[in-house]
Amino acid sequence: MTEGFAPPPSRGCRDTPVLKERGQHEVFCGLTGIVWLHRKMQDAFFLVVGSRTCAHLLQSAAGVMIFAEPRFATAILEETDLAGLKDAQQELDRVVHELLARRPDIRQLFLVGSCPSEVIKLDLAKAAERLSAAHAPSVRVLSYSGSGIETTFTQGEDACLSAMVPVLPETQARELVLVGALPDVVEEQALGLLEAMGIGPVRVLPAARRDGEYGVGPNTVFAMTQPFLGDTYAALTRRGATHIPAPMPFGEEGTTRFLEAIAAEFGIGPEVVARVTEAPRARARAAIAKVSEPLRGKRVFFFPDSQLEVPLARFLTRECGMEAVEVGTPYLHRPLVGPDLDLLPEGPRVSEGQDVERQLDRLRANVPDLTVCGLGLANPLEAEGLATKWAIELVFTPVHFYEQAADLAGLFARPLRRRAALSLEAV
Amino acid sequence: MKLTVWTYEGPPHVGAMRVATAMKGLHYVLHAPQGDTYADLLFTMIERRNHRPPVTYTTFQARDLGSDTANLFKTACLEAYDRFQPQAMIVGASCTAELIQDDPGGMSETLGLPIPVVPLELPSYQRKENFGADETLFQLVRALARPMEKTARPSANLIGPTALGFRHRDDITEVKALLEEMGVAVNVVAPFDATPADLTRLGAAHLNVLMYPETGESACRWMQRELGLPYTKTVPIGVGATRDFIAEVAELAGVEPKFDAERLRLPWYSASVDSTYLTGKRVFVFGDGTHAAAAARIARDEMGFEVVGLGCYNREMARPIRALAREHGLEALISDDYLEVEAAIEAAAPELILGTQMERHIGKRLGIPCAVISAPVHVQDFPARYAPQMGIEGANVIFDTWVHPLVMGLEEHLLTMFREDFEFHDAAGPSHHGGKAVARAGDGSVPSPADPAPATSAGLEVVWLPAAEKELKKIPFFVRGKAKRNTESFAAARGEQEISVETLYEAKAHYAR
Repeated sequence: MTEGFAPPPSRGCRDTPVLKERGQHEVFCGLTGIVWLHRKMQDAFFLVVGSRTCAHLLQSAAGVMIFAEPRFATAILEETDLAGLKDAQQELDRVVHELLARRPDIRQLFLVGSCPSEVIKLDLAKAAERLSAAHAPSVRVLSYSGSGIETTFTQGEDACLSAMVPVLPETQARELVLVGALPDVVEEQALGLLEAMGIGPVRVLPAARRDGEYGVGPNTVFAMTQPFLGDTYAALTRRGATHIPAPMPFGEEGTTRFLEAIAAEFGIGPEVVARVTEAPRARARAAIAKVSEPLRGKRVFFFPDSQLEVPLARFLTRECGMEAVEVGTPYLHRPLVGPDLDLLPEGPRVSEGQDVERQLDRLRANVPDLTVCGLGLANPLEAEGLATKWAIELVFTPVHFYEQAADLAGLFARPLRRRAALSLEAV
Repeated sequence: MKLTVWTYEGPPHVGAMRVATAMKGLHYVLHAPQGDTYADLLFTMIERRNHRPPVTYTTFQARDLGSDTANLFKTACLEAYDRFQPQAMIVGASCTAELIQDDPGGMSETLGLPIPVVPLELPSYQRKENFGADETLFQLVRALARPMEKTARPSANLIGPTALGFRHRDDITEVKALLEEMGVAVNVVAPFDATPADLTRLGAAHLNVLMYPETGESACRWMQRELGLPYTKTVPIGVGATRDFIAEVAELAGVEPKFDAERLRLPWYSASVDSTYLTGKRVFVFGDGTHAAAAARIARDEMGFEVVGLGCYNREMARPIRALAREHGLEALISDDYLEVEAAIEAAAPELILGTQMERHIGKRLGIPCAVISAPVHVQDFPARYAPQMGIEGANVIFDTWVHPLVMGLEEHLLTMFREDFEFHDAAGPSHHGGKAVARAGDGSVPSPADPAPATSAGLEVVWLPAAEKELKKIPFFVRGKAKRNTESFAAARGEQEISVETLYEAKAHYAR
């Protein structure tokens, strides 16, 4: 079949000058990543070393999940812990021993750094080493930073995965690693498609369990399913692994190009990809066409949140007929989103970082039809008459690959459909 | 270090945000790292406010640590002033900024802004959200309120309602109505919807109504001392408390107590025969000190329940709650550890829990009905409808809210009478909520979730004889757990190895109330 895509734009956004801003960031810190990472890694526990604020953030972000015996918690620093650092390390040991005694099912423990723990320079890497030795072999203890002074929202996953890369065993095998925590249903679909193309075994990072881990080495190749994994990219590269540049697997086009790039790496031609993907592509295309109806010709403005903004803008402009006004991202990692930038037609402002007041000024000057933003901004903007799509849902909902393509379009279409459906004024 | 999953209260700067967001014309510059803006969504999502909280965050990052953070703070202050033109500002540090010791108060002073700038000292590693709100209001009042001529008519300030407060919006309306009934005007409500200019007029009132001690007591004490404003000590939640409150206001304001009870339905509803089945229902009460205390009084005196547990999570209220618990013959549970609360609830085996969203989930897990009486609460407890806790309508709301999760009297009889029936079997559970209802198991001999564990329980080498076990099942499911435990300890105390039907009834007689 291969009914082709629109050809890549004559000029994409790869060379668009980026508006770099700093100032007030209306974003989450990296600790939030724990909320979905702990669902994915079934034998891992995430222990934040931080303040009451950190615990409060996790509680607010995790919503009702907090009531389901989640595998995360906060060791809240108290006045006495701030007095001398030696005490803090002993306190941490005590808390970890208690925790592991209560949860014998835990095989990996992540000590997660926060702003307070970093400002007082509490050395969690050393603590992880010491605790690993004390609890080996049943529990492995690693550390990473999810602090706001270091990480924005999804970068917490990056920090976590990049902390795992150095401890993966060494191998010479030529294997593919898919990097990025995906919902199980999506992961199974992805593995199914790759297997049908004759690619396997395929590894995923993070693995669901520690005993499902594998080796990496100079013959490993990896593809990113999420655009926010810059440090993990660097860590895998340091182990000698090779990156396969590709657009992120959002929408029909993104997924196909993603699969084609991997297939090419394994010497498999586009005709094999076409044969394997023919049915799901047709399904995805038809479903997107139906769902994206309210989006055609509409203008979209992205506030920075998750680093998914560039690939999503590419999907919305090329597959749903939208026009991007501004694409804001907390961090623009070119090696990972370059292929998406190439496909995003020239036109939108691309901004990195944030000064929220100035960005709101630009938003109000542009008056887009749909604004993608965080929950702190969504209702205030709705009250100003702007339709919004809150961004966090894009991280929590299955949106990758063919079968979710229409769901992804639907996430953006729903707020517009709702606005059209509600009529609350007197007739 | 303290291992924590749930927290009943946020950090103190969230309390300061609750005051800032409640007010108009005030701006808060918070020295904080990226990510602390998460607290905005408590206001925009849970309370569904249609504007951003008036808070500017300095958003310092790792590379700024060192001298640059101080400059960031100053720039943020100046830009916030230029953009929002507030009547006054508050400045302070979040937990991380507290550690880098930039001194927001001192720095903001050097900026020479033409408005009052109030510095906040909120010790994040010792205190919590309620303290933050109380302290912020106190500092604002201290900075802005001045002695002044009293209003001609008797008038009162309403002190304590904030943003993100449990039913604060509607409690204000209800208390205003109670005061108007007596001819007492409302001078200023603070901080809810007040401006800094309004705070300068606080001294014109004849008295303060302290609506929520958690968030308003320090300000009221200061105004009593410095402005000569007496304040009310009774919180008008419940019928009796509302009557006491009216008497108290009347005395302080020098007016006749008046109470128009025409719309008050709780007393009749509670007296009507359908409510007889509520008598002696065992309730466990937990929340903030103010709401827990009010709920305990209503539960015992106005609903005819038996209070079997009482506690609060805010240490600031520990003393009054301990005293009140003694009055109920209980030992108060003062804890912010939900695991302790869960253990206490399990041990008390109540038929109804009155608590926060945490207790709602504990109740779900244990299969015990629950009504919410206190923050912290989810979005559903910021309802669109009028739903006060205070005053006349508050009492009506409370009656409905507490009774709804319980199976109604007739239903309860049906459940008991038709125990063996295929639909009204007792595994159907004590509540309509929580998906606890399950179909009857095949032959009826399989224990239901509410059933006691098989014959022996840990630590006690006591065996239930089959006849006794059968008899035990005839006891209504909601007291069966307690009956089982009582019988076992009774048998153990008498050194008996086996429990017969006889033992069961001996124990029942022994523990009879």
